[in-house]
Amino acid sequence: MMSKLKSDRPLYRFNGGVHPPGYKEQSTREPIAIAPLPQRLIVPLHQSIGGTPRPLVKPGDRVLKGQLIGAADGWISSTVHAPTSGIVRDIALHVQPHPSGLSALSVLIDVDGKEEWSERNPPDYASLTPDDIRRLIQQAGIVGLGGAVFPTHGKLTPSAKFPMEDLVINGGECEPYMTCDDMIMRERAEGIVRGAAIFRDLMQPKRVMIAIEDNKPEAIAAMRAAVQAVGEPFEVVPVPTLYPAGCAKQLIRVLTGKEVPVSRRSTDLGAQCFNVATAYSAWRAVCFGEPMISRVVTLTGNVGRAHNVEALFGTPIEELIALAEPKPDTDGILVGGPMMGFLAPDTAAPIVKSTNCLIAHSPDLFPPRAPEMPCIRCGECARVCPQDLQPYELYRFARARNFGKAQEYHLFDCIECGSCAYVCSSHIPLVHYFLFAKSEIWAREREKKAADQARDRFQAKQKREEREKAEKAEKLAKAAAAQAAKKAAEAANLGALDPEAAKKAAIAAAQERAQAQRAAAQPKNTEALTAGQQQEIAEIDARRAQAGVDHPESSS
Amino acid sequence: MSLISAPHFRPEDSVRKIMLTTCAALLPGIAIYAWLIVPAILTQLLIASAAALAGEALMLKMRGKPLGLFLTDGSALLTAWLIALTFPPLSPWWLIVTGTLFAIIITKHLFGGLGQNVFNPAMMAFAVCIVAFPALMSQWPSPGLQLSFADQNRIIFGLSPLLDSIAGATPLDALKTALKREGTIGVPELLQNRQIYGALAGRGWEWVSSAYLLGGLFLLQRRIITWHAPVAFIVSLAALAGLLWWFDPSRFASPLFHLFAGGATIGAFFVITDPITGCATPRGQLIFGAIVGLLDYLIRVFGGYPDGVAFAVILMNIAAPLIDALTQPPVFGMKGKSP
Repeated sequence: MMSKLKSDRPLYRFNGGVHPPGYKEQSTREPIAIAPLPQRLIVPLHQSIGGTPRPLVKPGDRVLKGQLIGAADGWISSTVHAPTSGIVRDIALHVQPHPSGLSALSVLIDVDGKEEWSERNPPDYASLTPDDIRRLIQQAGIVGLGGAVFPTHGKLTPSAKFPMEDLVINGGECEPYMTCDDMIMRERAEGIVRGAAIFRDLMQPKRVMIAIEDNKPEAIAAMRAAVQAVGEPFEVVPVPTLYPAGCAKQLIRVLTGKEVPVSRRSTDLGAQCFNVATAYSAWRAVCFGEPMISRVVTLTGNVGRAHNVEALFGTPIEELIALAEPKPDTDGILVGGPMMGFLAPDTAAPIVKSTNCLIAHSPDLFPPRAPEMPCIRCGECARVCPQDLQPYELYRFARARNFGKAQEYHLFDCIECGSCAYVCSSHIPLVHYFLFAKSEIWAREREKKAADQARDRFQAKQKREEREKAEKAEKLAKAAAAQAAKKAAEAANLGALDPEAAKKAAIAAAQERAQAQRAAAQPKNTEALTAGQQQEIAEIDARRAQAGVDHPESSS
Repeated sequence: MSLISAPHFRPEDSVRKIMLTTCAALLPGIAIYAWLIVPAILTQLLIASAAALAGEALMLKMRGKPLGLFLTDGSALLTAWLIALTFPPLSPWWLIVTGTLFAIIITKHLFGGLGQNVFNPAMMAFAVCIVAFPALMSQWPSPGLQLSFADQNRIIFGLSPLLDSIAGATPLDALKTALKREGTIGVPELLQNRQIYGALAGRGWEWVSSAYLLGGLFLLQRRIITWHAPVAFIVSLAALAGLLWWFDPSRFASPLFHLFAGGATIGAFFVITDPITGCATPRGQLIFGAIVGLLDYLIRVFGGYPDGVAFAVILMNIAAPLIDALTQPPVFGMKGKSP
């Protein structure tokens, strides 16, 4: 079945881009397989952008397949579910599929093999309000499966100010080796179309476009057939194969000519973009009550049997890649594609919602990078940058730790697609430098914030102390003045009557002065008192002093 | 796998490939030069290459850089070739060596080596030598020189003198001097002398220039250079030359003469396209090329030197970082707004 690979609608182009070899054919020969149940699952609680879900289970609990085990922490946060039934062994730190090799809180489940589902309540779609659907999608843990794992419900509200025009379903899949979206489109096209229809209902766009790079003719044909079968007015648009056309912003540009700046949301320009697998998962969630507990992962590279599998989240990387029969000279596992992925620091780390591809790494397939040479400013990096940046300048500033200048040259517009480093004739790992500069800037901003807070605290304390000191001094002065006046008056009275009494009064006054001096010299633990307490103390002191005068016998 | 950083694979491009492809693009020019002007240019290329590699090796060793990696990157070789091709071909060996060592040691390595030099090393060599040794740098082989390859080499190595009968000015310089001296004779009459000026812009030289142009087109086709700087240079040089030619054709040569005379084509495609010392933004390259073209014309026609490419390029090298900073293209999503 040959399908037309030219788009009917006029397409736009973004500047730059590169044409890396595809290596996609090898992993599309077999249909999507279902990965066997592992013995144990490691389900990290934090698998998406936004807040970390709170654990809802404790060690020893029995969990069912699809049971909620992590609750959303705020609106931009997602939920986590038990991928199969079993016993929670522990909730502990476990190594993550992240270049840092850091650990994060994960629910460790001993799988019982019964695959016992928790209750699934497919709701009546027609009776749901848009807010119900968004909540449902959040409760089902649906996040963007293209790799960014942004909580999907958070992207399903059209802008209040700008009319929604273009809903893009992204089947671009521009990374070499990766075929999980390709296979999903070939095998589950109808589900994707129905998922896209749900998004359409929520966003009310003028048109829905399913964009697929023209190196996937089978997927294009399957999606066209499904659109026709379902009877939706969606357009399947083949787009020219050009890395990174699968990035949301670049794809929106290709389809609509709109350029979404980094600082703005695409809905502000009346466009929104979802990955095909996300649309499929949303359909399963909304129409079948199935939460997101698995995804399709491409297993490829230096393997005997490259193919795609549907794998439960929490399956250890090493167990999953074993299904593809890695060859003996495999020396590592790449997570993600070769353009943007990373070498897994520890293959005990689990598959998570963002894990779209595992590539067995070998020195033959991925020869070591040639030695880094100085930048000769040839400008090829700038010519291929899809964000129209000047990577050679950013590199210069990042290397010199001139982070202010790097930001001035739009460091944070970099999408880390790796096109610049791909073409660099000096073999400079440019993205590495940009990640370094970004993390340094973030660290500095955190430090600056902390320092600002500390300074504010210190200044407030200083001000308070000065104020209290002044208040205290004033009180003491007032009390002393009052005392002196009183005593002077009494002395005058007493002196007129009795010289003995006058003498007593003089002694008492001396004692009083000594006490006041002592009080002034030794403020005791009265430094951190409130103004009210200060006043009380002053009053008590005053009373005491007075008592000393009235009853001189008792004090002697 | 020492560095875990994406992307994990890449095409085979390298600094060496860029430099050596540029050298290769000079080969047609060198062939015509050796055939129509003097074969001794090959000796000069050898001398310059040896001096450049020796200077490079010395500096790399002193700076503690890996010799194998940088000595073979082709950058010193390209500098050497540009020096040999812009110096008078019968100048003594030590003049080429002095120029080359100045370029490699002072202009390149004292500024930080590959990628860090502010000035174009080959143009610095030319500028320094023409200031320090003006007489030697103005002795070009007379048109139609009849001298065996061995005799030419004897002159280079100082074994026989460079006689006035075999040395002269470049066609460009000859025209300027003739206009000054004769006063009454106009350009069209002077250019009638095919013996000196050939059909277009100097007997033999016009073909060397054409071969450089051919090499430049090859570099464009291989995407080693972009069109911006060369086109801006050619357009501005031709425009200024054309304006003055139109104004007074008896005193000013045609744009075509200027484009094929002197170092215009080698400058346009091999010098101002140097990414290290030139501009990197497309708009910057247009500005850079255009101003070099104007300055070149002003210096070669009204200045005291036979050609202006070297000085024009050095002047603009200073301005390149500023031009780049002022011509940053808008980033994705910010077009039509101030960047």
